[in-house]
Amino acid sequence: MIEYFNILFGEVYKILFLLIPVLTAVAMIVWLDRRVWAFVQKRKGPNVVGPFGLFQSLADALKYMFKEIIIPASSNKIIFILAPIVTMTLALVAWAVIPFGENFVISDINVGILYIFAVSSLGVYGIIMGGWASNSKYPFLGSIRSAAQMVSYEVSIGIIVINVLLCVGSLNLTDIVLAQKEIWFIIPLFPMFVIFFISALAETNRPPFDLPEAEAELVAGYQTEYSGMMYAMFWLGEYANILLMCAMGSILFLGGWLTPLNFFPFDQIPSPVWFILKILFLFLLFALVKAIVPRYRYDQLMKLGWKIFLPFSLVWLVITASYLFYFDLLPVGKQ
Amino acid sequence: MKISRFFKTILMTDFANGLLIAIKEMFKAKKTINYPFEKGKISPRFRGEHALRRYPNGEERCIACKLCEAVCPAQAITIESYERSDGSRKTTRYDIDMLKCIYCGLCEESCPVDAIVQGPNYEFATETREEMYYNKEKLLENGDRWENILAANIKADEPYR
Repeated sequence: MIEYFNILFGEVYKILFLLIPVLTAVAMIVWLDRRVWAFVQKRKGPNVVGPFGLFQSLADALKYMFKEIIIPASSNKIIFILAPIVTMTLALVAWAVIPFGENFVISDINVGILYIFAVSSLGVYGIIMGGWASNSKYPFLGSIRSAAQMVSYEVSIGIIVINVLLCVGSLNLTDIVLAQKEIWFIIPLFPMFVIFFISALAETNRPPFDLPEAEAELVAGYQTEYSGMMYAMFWLGEYANILLMCAMGSILFLGGWLTPLNFFPFDQIPSPVWFILKILFLFLLFALVKAIVPRYRYDQLMKLGWKIFLPFSLVWLVITASYLFYFDLLPVGKQ
Repeated sequence: MKISRFFKTILMTDFANGLLIAIKEMFKAKKTINYPFEKGKISPRFRGEHALRRYPNGEERCIACKLCEAVCPAQAITIESYERSDGSRKTTRYDIDMLKCIYCGLCEESCPVDAIVQGPNYEFATETREEMYYNKEKLLENGDRWENILAANIKADEPYR
């Protein structure tokens, strides 16, 4: 019995050790997002609460906590309440397999990439549930858009991931990072990185693909009927998802925790630092893109996903496979 | 032409340009005014909170001619008057409903003795509706408080009146 509790508390400790930094990072990243957006537009952004406005998100969270939660009379109450919980939980659950360093991961399962993929696909359900349970026009339209969009772009992300897996020969995230010791995959697979980045924008409902919450047409999309802490949870889930996509991008293409400068002063820096720097770099790109692009029209979005990204990544998959086969570089055959 | 456009699309040159411009703009000076801490410059003509002025000897300027009451498009001003023992006409009541007021400045323009003026103060929000119904005491108090600035503003605007 005592042994059981020891194991349980060990696991809980590990989970808290990951979850608390991730949640803090989400709060900070919201601040960073607003700040970068403001800077590009020559504004100052949130700069009053705390040093440089760093505690703005905490102040917002506090505000949301004290706000009244309004549940529409005609809504499906159970699903309405469940939706933000599902969104947030699924966004956080995927972090279990993200490696911050060698042997620095909660569960080092050998189908890590499949797990992330499955969990992030489930993320659509939170949005659909929220939109449907609200029982009102705009949330419903928003969630339909979101469902179609996320499903379409998941297909091309899947094929991009297969490209990487062909070069690695393993579904384990740690193996994927270690396979990039010689050369980061961003160099041989650069077009795939670009498509992955754009698909990640669509997958996380970021501009220019923020149609599910297009404020000019749909008020706030699937979040319209939500208020108080439930709205904040949607928000938290969204940013945790963005962070997850950045982490995935850095693991698949930017060599995860590996140091880019493999000589003395730099190889002493602990590996999580490099990983976090890479995530931050990708997030900065996310934030900059938000500031410079106009929103896509819905048919353009679908056309881009199905008629351009999908065929292009399929063709690139054939090219990668043929190249690896022709030069006898296939990782699986060698073992 | 078509080929160059094709390569532009494939290589996303427009996007890269946009990104570069965005990064450049990030380091330029900011246009924001940190409002509660810094305030923007306002013109001497600024039409803010109302005030009733006095002559330097303490006499109220207002002669109860009711031109402002007549000209007010929102009918926010109410004036009642009486004849004082020395024969001059004075107000017993001078009310402005600041919630009706549209801050057009016509009262200030119509006043023959520069009694009712709109000052530079724009931070007079209140928590209740009743506090926004200004009476004569409140307006005179405003006049006393802002007199220096009001006089300077009227002087600065003199050539254009």
